[in-house]
Amino acid sequence: MRISRIKPESFITWLIKFTGYSAIIFVFLIFYFLLSEGIPVFGEVPFKDFFQVRWYPIEAYFGLLPLLVGSLIVTIGALIIAVPLGLLTAIYIAEVASPRTKEILKPLVELLGGFPSVVLGFLGLLILSQYLREILALPTGLSALTGSLILAGIALPAIVSISEDALDTVPRSYRDASLALGATEWQTIWWVTLPAAKSGVLTAIMLGIGRAIGETMVVLMVTGNAPMMPQGLATFVNPTRTMTATIAAEMGEVANGSTHYHVLFFIGIVLFVIALIVNVSASTFVFRRKKRSERILS
Amino acid sequence: MPTKLILLLFTVLLVIAACSSQPDSELDSPTDSSEYLNNVGSDTMVNLALAWAEQFQKENPQSNLSVSGGGSGTGIASLINGTTDIANASRKIKSEEIDNAQANGIEPNEFVVARDAIAIIVNPNNPIDQLSLEQLSDIYSGKINNWQELGGEDRPIVRLSRETNSGTHVYFLEEVLRLGDKEDKTLFSTDTLLLPSSEVIGAEIRQNPNAIGYDGLGYVTDDMKVIGVSDTSADPSAYIYPSPESVNDGSYPIARDLFMYTAGTPEGFVNRYMEWIFSQDAQNTVTELGFVPIITQ
Repeated sequence: MRISRIKPESFITWLIKFTGYSAIIFVFLIFYFLLSEGIPVFGEVPFKDFFQVRWYPIEAYFGLLPLLVGSLIVTIGALIIAVPLGLLTAIYIAEVASPRTKEILKPLVELLGGFPSVVLGFLGLLILSQYLREILALPTGLSALTGSLILAGIALPAIVSISEDALDTVPRSYRDASLALGATEWQTIWWVTLPAAKSGVLTAIMLGIGRAIGETMVVLMVTGNAPMMPQGLATFVNPTRTMTATIAAEMGEVANGSTHYHVLFFIGIVLFVIALIVNVSASTFVFRRKKRSERILS
Repeated sequence: MPTKLILLLFTVLLVIAACSSQPDSELDSPTDSSEYLNNVGSDTMVNLALAWAEQFQKENPQSNLSVSGGGSGTGIASLINGTTDIANASRKIKSEEIDNAQANGIEPNEFVVARDAIAIIVNPNNPIDQLSLEQLSDIYSGKINNWQELGGEDRPIVRLSRETNSGTHVYFLEEVLRLGDKEDKTLFSTDTLLLPSSEVIGAEIRQNPNAIGYDGLGYVTDDMKVIGVSDTSADPSAYIYPSPESVNDGSYPIARDLFMYTAGTPEGFVNRYMEWIFSQDAQNTVTELGFVPIITQ
């Protein structure tokens, strides 16, 4: 009796342990794979070649600068649009809207997050790019701006939904105390509720950055994929080529083990490092905030 | 601690086992049904290859043909890895690819199965009708940046191209941008849009009056305008429009051969299929799809 009861128990413990460790193991295996395929590039391409301004891999021009700039421009553009919009939407849903409006709005925002990105890419390609070209008198609508707008649409649901949850968890008593001290509703939101929910809001923005910088299909379809160097403010409306789109477009065709193949994996390492920096800086910031606020509260 | 170690070892072993078991299983065509073949390669040729496969299967119901695209390089890489019976390519196989294949014990065997003309396309509202190869080269290398310089409207030129992995891209680079000069190191202007598919090029051509693009004749639809091209080295005043006739008599300057590669001399079912491709029936399909057949009719 006893043994038969202990056995499934230990099996389940084992299973849970296994799934827990497997996540870590997979990250390390992926990292190992990236390194083992990407590191050989240093024996094949002089390091300074990566700082050229020309990306044309079939003739061995491996300048990564235009791709790096392209990824940054499109991501920054998406954030400039998505962060204020997402934050304000979250504040409206969590703090201002009536319960009925909230019940309609929140599922709708989450529905937007469920759209396959390739569908948004098609909308961008066939409709948005055309309007942007006509309205802004651009040479072509396939540009960084179109990419940013669509990426903002992709990052928005994550930002809204998570920051709204964070605002929701701020205790009622904070708002009541602030209002009792004579603060207006707007002052309460801006100076009390939002700072109290800061770590959750920051997590939301970081996840938004993650989605935007890692998105591939959309940028491949709507940004025009021209590896251009920045030209002042026009950079935002010029065609651009991102790192993810480069890997997606070229990996299928490249000969296994060639220099080009290794360079593509090296781009993967660069993306991995960027994601790591974003995550680490976000979590250190979030943890520091938590400790301080907890100290004040206790 | 030991349990953790064992767990870790176990997982690593599992992953290694999963990884290493794949390359062992060689993808020969299923041995018992000899009526199966796999056909991978050029996106330019994928519609043609599909039409051929369907037609052949209709005539030989017991046969089973699998066709997919991915690009000329993908097709040839699959042939080298032994994962396909026939590779489609819109460019000739490169010498290093032949070396790689021979290292794997495969001798690529070349067939020219059809011809393709690359059409230069613009928006229907663009007043330009004709361009010379030199002008095309200057447009794509970035020397000409406004349609006015070519006698058109005062509009910026937006250059569209297929991605660098496309056989069409490489052909255009060598034959138009560099005008066939092997020493020429001219590159595409950096602001050339590298688009992932013929559909995206078509979408941009239809809606953007600034755009100029190129694509296989089979992908040109009625809502695009095809430009007449003159070969300066032959007769600069003769602007030729791409058509089966102008490609077959060699007067249209931007045309190329389409290849199929088999591993060694084809045998059995693969051989029967390759022979059928050169039949009148199969070559009629080539014409229907906007390509140019290799046998004169």
